[in-house]
Amino acid sequence: MALEDLCHFRDIFQEDITTERFSMPFELKEAGLSFTNNRNLLHFYIPEVEYLDESPIQFGQINLMQSASAISSQESPSAFPLPTNLPFTSSQTVPLPFPMAHGTTTLAFMFQGGVLAAADTRSSCSGLVACPASQKILPIHSHLVGTTSGTSADCMLWKRILARELRLYQLRHSRRLSTRGAAKLLSHMLHPFKGTELCVAATLCGWDGGELEDECHDHEESAGTTKTQKPDLGMTVGPSQGSSFTPQDSSRKARLSGPRLFYVCSDGTRLEGMLFSVGSGSPYAYSILDQGVRWGLTVEEATSVAREAVYRATHRDAYSGNFVDVFHITSKGWTRRKREDLKEEYYREKERQRLERKTQHDILRANTSSRHKPS
Amino acid sequence: MLSAQTFGDPGKMKDYHYTGPVEHRFSPYAFNGGTVLAVAGDDFAIVASDTRLSEGYSIHSRDSPKCYKLTDTTVIGCSGFHGDCLTLTKIIDARLKMYKHSNNKTMTSGAIAAMLSTILYGRRFFPYYVYNIIGGLDEEGKGAVYSFDPVGSYQRDTYKAGGSASAMLQPLLDNQIGFKNMEGVQHVPLTKEKAVQLVKDVFISAAERDVYTGDALRICVITKKGIDEQTLPLRKD
Repeated sequence: MALEDLCHFRDIFQEDITTERFSMPFELKEAGLSFTNNRNLLHFYIPEVEYLDESPIQFGQINLMQSASAISSQESPSAFPLPTNLPFTSSQTVPLPFPMAHGTTTLAFMFQGGVLAAADTRSSCSGLVACPASQKILPIHSHLVGTTSGTSADCMLWKRILARELRLYQLRHSRRLSTRGAAKLLSHMLHPFKGTELCVAATLCGWDGGELEDECHDHEESAGTTKTQKPDLGMTVGPSQGSSFTPQDSSRKARLSGPRLFYVCSDGTRLEGMLFSVGSGSPYAYSILDQGVRWGLTVEEATSVAREAVYRATHRDAYSGNFVDVFHITSKGWTRRKREDLKEEYYREKERQRLERKTQHDILRANTSSRHKPS
Repeated sequence: MLSAQTFGDPGKMKDYHYTGPVEHRFSPYAFNGGTVLAVAGDDFAIVASDTRLSEGYSIHSRDSPKCYKLTDTTVIGCSGFHGDCLTLTKIIDARLKMYKHSNNKTMTSGAIAAMLSTILYGRRFFPYYVYNIIGGLDEEGKGAVYSFDPVGSYQRDTYKAGGSASAMLQPLLDNQIGFKNMEGVQHVPLTKEKAVQLVKDVFISAAERDVYTGDALRICVITKKGIDEQTLPLRKD
């Protein structure tokens, strides 16, 4: 599993132990320490060896089935294959003595200029602000950015795992995985943990196939000439077939490329959309976004709508606050706006309101005084 | 490790009045108290901790510091459950040695932080009950502080307090080192002497108001010349 590869250390010296174990999956580990049968002199006892090949869900959980069966039949533990891969229900997990970090406002929407993602930066931990300047929008690669909501450790690690898997895909297939593919990959990686207390709610914002459009134009221009094509997107269209494939290619490429927005949740939800807001402050953000977001917005207008939405959500939601981060994804990649302090925004707004009231008051006074004059 | 503690706030004994039948479950965790603090400067880093090891109403030891030296440029401070702190530092030491033997160089502070994050997350469903703060010098020689939560989420900071008195100390550090919540103040960069004095004052205040912090203060100052340790007595009551 991807999680085990990243978090469970597999040193090069340990290959012998792990391959032996996988050949006998159902044997109960009565003698967990296997340093008696190692042939390599460099093997030394590492405290993690026993649970390296155990699923991370199993570690530390009270295995009632195994203990019951151990009582009944001590001599032949391999008689019945125990389904050791099922995650246990959460009532049997060890209760934690500390709370996890939660609570946020993140939003993302598509418009004619690409995708815009914005989030607050407060990381709270059951009433205490654990970090006022955390980063909730994490770039995954040059054209994909993910907003994170839920437990911050889960989001950080799963984004890291996703970035690793996408990079491996890119190296193996010499093209970037589409945003839809990345969303599906993340959803399937999180599926074994459904029912556990893992909590990840991410929106993946990306631009697919920006380089496709350039390739497409090159291809159309050079149709009919014997020009060797670079391997683009794994499609090996020879120059002789160029003219017949062009209209299909261009429409397919037009469908494939462009901005994309997906919402992935650890309970299994995976949705495509034009506008998402996630977190405890999302109802407040939705009200601003539903009012202000249209396809035809300019980049400045879209940025100000996103900032306003986060600002209003942080004003009303206790678990959101501090700063706002805004990321903008175009065909050239993502760009990040400078982080802004929302405390300043609040004072600026108060100042604006005060000036507005003052000008209204002046106009009113001018009207009343002009009415008195003719008499 | 007492098994009779029920799950409310960690480290506090339950109230002695009858609330009805209560189910007691064995808890593999205990809260041993202690506070850790780390500050990063331009060319130095400071990691400080108190040395009291407590559990419930008892003190197990007055001389159990919570800073552990990892490399010549990195110190980690761990507070929370002492059993997990010990095992975690043993695992980190073993991994550091393995890295040194495979790659022929010592791990940098940033690399240790990333590795610790994956070690902690590997136990996502039965976590190490430890609040870690790593202080050290990065590759450019500037001070770096990395603060963690028990499940592996981390980030780089300039200063951070962790442990039982963290909620009391963090606002004070925000004000004095980050110059937050003040108007019209000149932002003066922190010198090493001023930082050490500030850490001493901050821990004296923590010992006054937090029962799990006290006895003595151990300060490790990390500069490119090495790690310099000082011990200072605190309130013992």
